[in-house]
Amino acid sequence: MSGKSPSPPMSAALDLQRGRSTVPPTSVANARVWALGSTALKIAGLAIFAFLLFGPLANLVLWSVAERWYTPFKLPVSYGLRYWEVVFRPTGDAMSSLATSVIIACLTVVVALAVSIPAGYALARLKLPWRTALMILFLLPQAFPSVAIYINVARVFYSIGLTGTITGVVLVHAAHGLVYSVWIAAAAFAAVDRDLELAARNIGASPLRAFFTVTLPLAAPGIMASAIFVFLESLDEFTGTFFVGVPQVTTLPLLLYNASMGGNYQIASITALILLVPSVLFMIVIERFLKADVLSKVGQ
Amino acid sequence: MAKPSFLGLLLIAPALIMIGALFLYPLGFSLAAAFTEPGGGLSLTHFQKAYELYSTDILFTLFIVVVSTLLTGLFSIVIAGILTLSETPWLIATLRNLYRWPLFIPFIVAAQCMRTFLAKNGLMNNSFVALGLMEPIQTTSFLDWRGIIITFVWKQVPFVTLMLAGAMASIDRATIEAGRNLGASRLRVLVELVLPQVAQTLLVGLVLSFVTMLSVLSVPMMVAGSQPTMLTVDMAFRINSYGDYATANALGVISYFMAGTVAWIYLRHNVKREVQA
Repeated sequence: MSGKSPSPPMSAALDLQRGRSTVPPTSVANARVWALGSTALKIAGLAIFAFLLFGPLANLVLWSVAERWYTPFKLPVSYGLRYWEVVFRPTGDAMSSLATSVIIACLTVVVALAVSIPAGYALARLKLPWRTALMILFLLPQAFPSVAIYINVARVFYSIGLTGTITGVVLVHAAHGLVYSVWIAAAAFAAVDRDLELAARNIGASPLRAFFTVTLPLAAPGIMASAIFVFLESLDEFTGTFFVGVPQVTTLPLLLYNASMGGNYQIASITALILLVPSVLFMIVIERFLKADVLSKVGQ
Repeated sequence: MAKPSFLGLLLIAPALIMIGALFLYPLGFSLAAAFTEPGGGLSLTHFQKAYELYSTDILFTLFIVVVSTLLTGLFSIVIAGILTLSETPWLIATLRNLYRWPLFIPFIVAAQCMRTFLAKNGLMNNSFVALGLMEPIQTTSFLDWRGIIITFVWKQVPFVTLMLAGAMASIDRATIEAGRNLGASRLRVLVELVLPQVAQTLLVGLVLSFVTMLSVLSVPMMVAGSQPTMLTVDMAFRINSYGDYATANALGVISYFMAGTVAWIYLRHNVKREVQA
């Protein structure tokens, strides 16, 4: 387990240090051996690190294309895309779960943005009492052990008939995502140059028009980033859906869970890979949306 | 603009109502259910029952989360330290591109990966056997407390490292250069010069990780099925099998208490820092 530590490069560095102090500077050959050894250690360290990082993911990919795999075989006995066909069959559980997940995620984004664009603007530009306390309030759903909250949300929802409905799941996801959407929207509005709004007002734009033609378009990349955050958060959410959505609403994470607990590793792995695509894409493009000027204002 | 803006309150109201209805109200509900007895009076009977049934799991949860947090901190410091102090450009570039991968991977996907990777005949053991490091007979399944810790650390290290490397990049390079020029080793520069300057960021990252790990349901359910298990699984079990909200909420309050303790440590550290400043 501790193999995850990339300590070999570190100790290589230390060895190099020691080498420098004990080996006479004239001994060029010796220094070269040290340098080679340190490079080898760094490569070995990186290799172990990469194995621990990508090994679990490689296992997932292998399972997704394994038609038969049992002990004592180290690799799948036969490969094939049969289970991919099962998953992507238009009438299959997976496609309907995917559709449910995407619908829920889109609705969650709409709900979260509808409440957090005005809230973000108010937090960034208008005078509010206990502003810090309000900001922290939005963080609380993320900073609290959520299972205990969800079981009670499910109980309340049950009494008003919202359990097992898309609406119920969307509300739970939106509340959970509010910290991202409100904080990032507030940061995005705060990063908009106030002089540009004033200029628009000076040449006769109404406050509403200045907001929609100047402030909102300038804050759009940041708000887009918060929308992506909320979308992903909703797509990946398991605990809330587990308590509020069952048994009627089956999202992809729930399908993954059921398949995995039922021992159907192929379906579980393919579902997991589908969930991975947006996550990895986002990791690659996040810096394009969240500019440093917005990032530096998040949480302020 | 001396008095609060009415428009501002109006604009923020929908978001506040949402938090109130979907977080504060259920929170009150959970506290009420945990502290009231069937007759209606205040009592600690549910906590007594929770303790009798789940005292092992309470300790188990605490152990898992504390160890995972400490390991996350350690690995994040090592990776961020290499990214900041290493003098080998290719090492920095490779590491920077590698470490972030698990960042946005959902816990449930991480759990499924580990469920196969750490199994007795999973890819990890198979690789060790293929490399000749281990005999097939020696392989053991890691799908117990070790699996939970590995999954948590795998998932949280990129997050804390991202924060930490960002903080380390923004400190004054001159202090590092000065330490190096005076002959301090890189390890010493990291521990004595760099870490004290980024302690605040590290603490925030670890507190957030701690609470996150305390809340995850999928990982303990999928990675380690048997007893002992974590409180989140016990809560789900109490609800789904017995509809026993009282005990489940008592367990919930215990997990709030754990999260609250860490938050308190963080706040105390902050206050101390502000007093010093």
